[in-house]
Amino acid sequence: MPAPVRPTADTHLPTAYLPQAFAVVMAPTLMTSPDARTSDRYPAGSAAFPYRDLIGLGGLAPWELLFLIDEAEQWVTLGRSAHKRDERLSGLTIINAFFENSTRTLLSFELAGKRLGADVVNMHVAQSSVKKGETLIDTAMTLNAMHADAIVIRHQSSGAVQLIADKVDCPVLNAGDGQHEHPTQGLLDALTIRSVLRTKGMGDEIAGLIVVICGDILHSRVARSNIHCLTTLGAQVRVCAPPALMPAGIEQMKVTPFHNFDAALDGADVVMMLRLQQERMSGQFIPSPREYRHLYGLTLERLAKAKPDALVMHPGPMNRGVEIDSNVADLPGRSVINRQVEMGVAIRMACLDVLTRKARGLEGWA
Amino acid sequence: MSAAAPLTITGGRLVLPFGEPQLGGIRCAGGLITALGAVTAQPGDTVVDAKGKLIAPGLVDLGVFAIDKAAFHFGGITRAALMPDQNPPLDHPARVRFAALSGKPDLWVHPLAAATRGLEGSELAELALMRDAGAKAVATGRRWIGDSGTMHRLLSYCAMLELTVITHAEDAGLTGAAVATAGEMATRYGLPAAPAEAEALAVARDIALAELTGARLHFRQVTTRAALNLVRTAKARGLAVTAGVTPAHFMLSDTAIGDFRTFTKLSPPLRSEADRQAVREALADGTIDVVASGHDPRGPEDKRLPFADAEPGMAGAETLLALTLGLVRDGVIDLARAFALLAANPAALLGVPAGVLGVGREADIALIDPARPWIVNSDKMSASAGNTPFDKQGVEGRVMALFKGGSAVG
Repeated sequence: MPAPVRPTADTHLPTAYLPQAFAVVMAPTLMTSPDARTSDRYPAGSAAFPYRDLIGLGGLAPWELLFLIDEAEQWVTLGRSAHKRDERLSGLTIINAFFENSTRTLLSFELAGKRLGADVVNMHVAQSSVKKGETLIDTAMTLNAMHADAIVIRHQSSGAVQLIADKVDCPVLNAGDGQHEHPTQGLLDALTIRSVLRTKGMGDEIAGLIVVICGDILHSRVARSNIHCLTTLGAQVRVCAPPALMPAGIEQMKVTPFHNFDAALDGADVVMMLRLQQERMSGQFIPSPREYRHLYGLTLERLAKAKPDALVMHPGPMNRGVEIDSNVADLPGRSVINRQVEMGVAIRMACLDVLTRKARGLEGWA
Repeated sequence: MSAAAPLTITGGRLVLPFGEPQLGGIRCAGGLITALGAVTAQPGDTVVDAKGKLIAPGLVDLGVFAIDKAAFHFGGITRAALMPDQNPPLDHPARVRFAALSGKPDLWVHPLAAATRGLEGSELAELALMRDAGAKAVATGRRWIGDSGTMHRLLSYCAMLELTVITHAEDAGLTGAAVATAGEMATRYGLPAAPAEAEALAVARDIALAELTGARLHFRQVTTRAALNLVRTAKARGLAVTAGVTPAHFMLSDTAIGDFRTFTKLSPPLRSEADRQAVREALADGTIDVVASGHDPRGPEDKRLPFADAEPGMAGAETLLALTLGLVRDGVIDLARAFALLAANPAALLGVPAGVLGVGREADIALIDPARPWIVNSDKMSASAGNTPFDKQGVEGRVMALFKGGSAVG
């Protein structure tokens, strides 16, 4: 029998501590101070994030999400400085095992590891023995035997990352598993929203925002992680897709489904567009790209139905002229697509830092 | 078997086709039941004291994917109808004849002939030759026959041959590559899913074709309210349509696939809780005729994979009896009906003289302690693999002794 378990909690948050921790984190006076040291605002040590792995955002508490997001702030600052280097992961080995093609996410994880001083190696499926018939478990055992200090995994099958995590002794970071979750994307999107709100002097409360996620919800792990993250942080999430790309029972995830994009956009604070895969726009799900654009493309006219200062986001890579028009994607002050890329590196640095604290013997984490 | 000494079992409670178990015993000679009730052992008989346990017919398991004798005997199964999904498939008389002999003497295997060559759903296999080689019914295998013309020809041919057709009921066009039922669980876990209505679609078409051809049609598993309603209506109209299910679909809903547990990956997939309740209602009201194990032992190479990549199926032979007795304990069905579902109905469907305790029937007998508790443990199963979705579950009901043709097994 496999041991299908949630991410292992190395240290359990004492139950008596939970409501108190929540109260501390959610206290508005403390929340609005971007410079507050995270150590002052979260349960001490590993109680702030009591998991060995980061497989998904589903099931995480609001303070656990905010802890990772807050931890990333320092790496945003570092990333903007001339000397983009911290040595805290010096001597550690991080393996990026990508069973599915990726350029941007892989680069982001590689930069994150290197900026923290770790030795980062990338394993691509094209170079691996998976193609020779080696099972996923054998690959996992092989990676484990190399004594990696963290493994970052992307795989085309939902649940594959959990399966590997159950077999290895080091922290595992999910960089996207099938149509299940892409947790760092969910976190970086929340960090992006908060960072822009702060820049604009609009506070930093995600709670209460109306966020529209539009596109291929059915096949999107980005949508799922964003739904978990944003609803947990108190946002109102609307999902918008044609029926064939809307998963059954999605309203059980505390979101409001829409088929009409204009209706979904009404009063929105944030518009998150998803990439439509080429193979899904050729008649199978959508009659044609131009028909998709006709119904779901984010144009300037459509954007006007959202709030006047609504943000435009896209996890990339974009199909310009299909799900998003170029003049929207490049709209100054509104499109934060490049900010998302920037925040991605910071979030991944935070995750790598937090998940390796136990191995590095940090006080309260070891 | 006829060489064995006659067998007399005394002091038990006989499970008869109707009513509560009757105190009494059973005597068998020449492989057949010769007396029931107040029996006395004759000189030279092997005598067994049942000590108040149930004396029940051996189970007839309709539609297993592997011959796994140890698991069958643990579960009180004396006859198993083997699905044609073997490697190579049972689409040739010689393979059917070989399979029919593969379990003797202590387990009788009743091969189900592949409906189409290679189970590919297009060309009819040599059904009459396979019947005469020992096939007791015809099965479409793990898949539905998508082409209505092929299914029509199959049913009309089997109606002539008087062979029951056992079909899988999922509209393949709608299911595609789905591994779960569309709904909240599949959505949360990001698993390819299909609407539960795929089953009703398939059942509706096949009932129409059965009515047209007069064929006897058995749906191996019916797991949704909509499809069960179709079966119920067809039966009310007098059609020769029957339905089966495995314990998974009356015990579990799709919440069990949580954490990507591949041991709960089944075909058809687990359904919603509302559909699970519908299955229990259909067991109670007689719409479902057969409970089978669907025994399909799968090792880690098939199951220790991401959910969508894993093979479907469960090792069900050992838990079949105990989980069905759970329905009796829950008041869903009575004990007589439990054994109709597990033995009498599948035996009748296959046309074999077993499945009930009656004079002149085959002496396939299980001594059962219906209250004996035990815990399912996937690490310690008799089956060739421990892929049970019921691991660590406490159950009641255990086979204490098993007799095939009047001879003790094991």
